[in-house]
Amino acid sequence: MKRASLELGVGIFVLVGLACLAYLAVHLGKMEVLGGGYRVVADFDNISGLKPGASVEVAGVEVGRVESIQIADSDRARLVLRMNPGVQLKDDAIASIRTKGIIGDKFVKLSPGSSEKTIPEGGRIRDTESAVEWEELISKYIHGKV
Amino acid sequence: MATFIHALGGRFLAVVQEAGAMMLFLLEGLALTFVPPYRPRRVLQELELIGVKSTLIILLTGAFTGMVLGLQGYYTLRKYGSESALGSAVALSLIREMGPVLTAIMVSARAGSAVTAEIGIMRITEQLDALDTMAVNPMQYVVMPKLIAGVIAVPLLTAIFDVVGILGGYLIGVVLLGVSSGAYFSGMVQSVVPLDINGGIVKSLVFGITILLVACYKGYYTEHGAEGVSRATNQTVVLSAILILAWDYVLTSFFM
Amino acid sequence: MIKIIDLVKSFNGQRVLDGINLEVPRGQITVVIGKSGVGKSVLLKHLVGLLKPDSGQVLVDGQDITRFSGRQLQELRKRFAVLFQGGALFDSLNVFGNIAFPLREKTRLSEAEIRRRVFERLDQMHLTPDVALKYPAELSGGMKKRVALARAMIQEPEIILYDEPVTGLDPPMTNTVFHLISKTHQDSGYTAMMVSHDIPEVFQVSDQVAMLHRGKIIAQGAPAEIQRHPDPVVQSFIRGEVDFLED
Repeated sequence: MKRASLELGVGIFVLVGLACLAYLAVHLGKMEVLGGGYRVVADFDNISGLKPGASVEVAGVEVGRVESIQIADSDRARLVLRMNPGVQLKDDAIASIRTKGIIGDKFVKLSPGSSEKTIPEGGRIRDTESAVEWEELISKYIHGKV
Repeated sequence: MATFIHALGGRFLAVVQEAGAMMLFLLEGLALTFVPPYRPRRVLQELELIGVKSTLIILLTGAFTGMVLGLQGYYTLRKYGSESALGSAVALSLIREMGPVLTAIMVSARAGSAVTAEIGIMRITEQLDALDTMAVNPMQYVVMPKLIAGVIAVPLLTAIFDVVGILGGYLIGVVLLGVSSGAYFSGMVQSVVPLDINGGIVKSLVFGITILLVACYKGYYTEHGAEGVSRATNQTVVLSAILILAWDYVLTSFFM
Repeated sequence: MIKIIDLVKSFNGQRVLDGINLEVPRGQITVVIGKSGVGKSVLLKHLVGLLKPDSGQVLVDGQDITRFSGRQLQELRKRFAVLFQGGALFDSLNVFGNIAFPLREKTRLSEAEIRRRVFERLDQMHLTPDVALKYPAELSGGMKKRVALARAMIQEPEIILYDEPVTGLDPPMTNTVFHLISKTHQDSGYTAMMVSHDIPEVFQVSDQVAMLHRGKIIAQGAPAEIQRHPDPVVQSFIRGEVDFLED
């Protein structure tokens, strides 16, 4: 009897703990469990603080997430975007980095474009707009280059 | 002056020596995991002592921590008109900092001290020597299962703490103070990134090892009878709290 | 069987053992007497490698065990059983679990056979079967000693080391434990070394007595010889004379 209750207690503890961990990792941490959808890449001059896991939106609707961020061609940022299944991107789509709300969450905004051709799995979004760097704008203004 | 420097140097050397001894103790304990006889039953017993029996205290502290964060966060964010960010404020504080640190401190107070007292009593009543003379390695029979249980239990307890805390923040923020439920959860989902979760898990793993290492080490090298046991128990709680906070700083700067 | 040669051990600069020479003959009970705190237990712990000497040798069947590696010590310890001062029963296991422990760890006996042997040993120690389910914290001092003796005997050792087997027991229980020790010794003929300061009861179980004083063996011989020993230190210890000078 005592034996059974030891295993039962530890079993319940481990299951509850794992359930909590799974909630945090999958729901909040956006861990990919099934790996649905497809990937596209997009290169930017500057992503200024965007983090993996940030959302990708079309017209304010979330259609994917930033899966990883790398450096490409030694001075550009390459984002790997995981798009939800069923979302189609034309090959003249434009990706831009925007800021949302007062706490300043960065996200990737997509304008879908109107071309005939769609971007395939593993393809690249060619038109990108980097994040607006206020400091750079101000310094250009001060030094009279605008 | 010279004697002062001399004393300081001696003290420093003693600290370095103890840190080295603890490291070797840890390596020996972990290495014995892979040497037969394996002791799954002993690990289960320790999981019960360290994990199951700490659950209640973690539920309580988790709930209250989340509630306080909900309250504090609400009144701070309201000044900027952004109560809708409450969910992300609560979740981020819990997952990155409060969850791992408070869980670790509660576990070291609840289970770490008990482990030191248990092993310390085994030392002074010669139970550890008895194991040795029966050709059973006390490091493997007593210490190893506790280290393993700590590595498993502390991250799970931390996850429970985080989830209960998020619900506590929900209770105060949404139910009592009227933040919208959708804003609470979607704000949370928006702003938490995988790095936060991973960082929290890595922290809790490190804390789990630290607590049980300190507790087992202090118990294993207890001397001078019952008084020695009480001194060792006391040292365990103080030392593990300091190490948890120091590690927290190091790991936070590493993950930011 | 066991030969101790020039054994020296210091703790914090204090010489506890200062060149001990002693022989423990096979099949006999050798008792080391001496005042509390003269290092009798320290001497005992050297025989199973729980302590390493600063210098000197401990020979078991001619082999110096102070130089043994971990694995050799493990093999050596299978021949020994130790009865520790407080019994050293495991608090987390009940009496059955304690006595069965060496069998479960070191043999592949079936659970039924383990049960049979444990209850046989309990009976041998005049303990009733219901004691088996109690935990050490619920036992009296005499019961703890007898359970510990059962745990030692179940290992069927060649050599038993007794560390103060009757300290803290009342006179009837002291006699019971000594009686059990003599009886088990007659039955299985093991070699034993005992440290004790329980004079004169200890003479009834000993074949050979040695007195430890200030880190050295100052007298050695059959119990009768020791009782007639000319050294005044031995005599005053045996008679339990008041002794202010030594402390």
